[in-house]
Amino acid sequence: MALIEIDGLTKRFGHFTAVDNVSFAVERGEVLGFLGPNGAGKSTTMRMLSGFMTPSAGRARICGHDVQEAPIAARRSLGFLPEGAPTYPEMTVLGFLRFVAAVRGYHGGEAADRVAHALSLTTLDGVRLQPVETLSKGFKRRVGLASALLHDPPVLVLDEPTDGLDPNQKHEVRTLIARMAPQKAIIISTHILEEVDAVCTRAIVIARGRIVADATPKALAAMHPSGRLDDVFREITQKPATAEAA
Amino acid sequence: MRNTLIVARRELGAYFATPVAVVFIVIFLALQGVLTFNLGNFFARNQADLQPFFNFIPWVLLLLVPAITMRLWAEERRLGTIELLLTLPITQTQAVLGKFLAAWVFCAIALLLTFPFVVTVNYLGAPDNGVIAAGYLGALLVAGSFLAVGSAVSAATKNQVIAFVVAVAVCFLFAVAAYPLVTDFLAKNAPVMAAVARRLSITARFDSFSRGILSLRDGIFFASFIGFWLFVSILVVDQKKAD
Repeated sequence: MALIEIDGLTKRFGHFTAVDNVSFAVERGEVLGFLGPNGAGKSTTMRMLSGFMTPSAGRARICGHDVQEAPIAARRSLGFLPEGAPTYPEMTVLGFLRFVAAVRGYHGGEAADRVAHALSLTTLDGVRLQPVETLSKGFKRRVGLASALLHDPPVLVLDEPTDGLDPNQKHEVRTLIARMAPQKAIIISTHILEEVDAVCTRAIVIARGRIVADATPKALAAMHPSGRLDDVFREITQKPATAEAA
Repeated sequence: MRNTLIVARRELGAYFATPVAVVFIVIFLALQGVLTFNLGNFFARNQADLQPFFNFIPWVLLLLVPAITMRLWAEERRLGTIELLLTLPITQTQAVLGKFLAAWVFCAIALLLTFPFVVTVNYLGAPDNGVIAAGYLGALLVAGSFLAVGSAVSAATKNQVIAFVVAVAVCFLFAVAAYPLVTDFLAKNAPVMAAVARRLSITARFDSFSRGILSLRDGIFFASFIGFWLFVSILVVDQKKAD
């Protein structure tokens, strides 16, 4: 059984269809790069997968639990980093992670261990007593990441996990993802194409709410004579638009 | 229940981590003090009770409680943390109840800090402290009612100013529901509604508490009023969370 199953997921806002009949599955050990231009429907798809947004049609399952019908069971198996990595600004890093640990059902020594482990995975030890609002963008992103990793979930859905990080931090996060990959099913959305090469075993490209490519990064790159991912990306995300215009 | 308390504890911590708590409590105490002692003629009445204090408290709460509730959901939506909160393994009901509980405990703390009024009146005379206790219970229920209304309004908007103004307006309607202004108008135009309005009046219910009359009816009224608006909050959060 695939840990993530998405089946015919559709989201309409009035007459605008943001996500149009998207289906795919992600197995344990896969790191799926979810690519697409801004506004293509990446975040909307992830919001529906996390159960935050109710789909207009279709369903999503995490570890076999339907995210709408069994939301609590699905969310227990999910580590989710929402777009922009939102956190409560007035809380300290430690306070915030303790809150997440408590909601996740850990207490006492186990909660402390979980929090300590998440802090060390994301190298946040040095700032653990600082309020989140005083941190730089890269640190804030890592606080969000730490909260998603805290309960060591089988499924990770990360919306732009490396946005705002400096090159060293990006490298650390990618190494972390690669290290966790064998035990988990991971989806990361990104528009940084080098990231796909660096960590993803598979890439899905979405444009105007529809999947336009689903392949390994290598196969994807081979779709253009230049063999470069950004050429492929430009071609497959822009071509239908010009066709429609013509 | 456990998750509700975890959310409530985080929320309550947030009040005290920001200047919200201090500003609210100071303004609340100052307003109550000025109104009770100056406008309420506390001393000139020469009676050992807290009637002037309780006369003003629903109106002060009407103004200040929406200032607490305006951020309950609107702030979560503005910061995007609602997406984080509602994708944790808690139900929307737990989140709504947790936030309401934190705000209610906060109001209770503010009310407790009015203890110098009780001390003063006991020092000056021999008041009926049972009546005073009933008044405090009533004030807490009024605060809870306004909080529940404000929670529903806050869930419907991202804009805190709108959340504040609309919550004050709705609470005001329930505060003046038994006033001649409203009942006379309704008696002329919709006689059936006049009786309904009188029954829905928060201030009329509170008046019996402040006179020391505890009735099951009033208790049930407040419980259902709070329950109804929390139920509305849960529905609105569910409908509007991702907008």
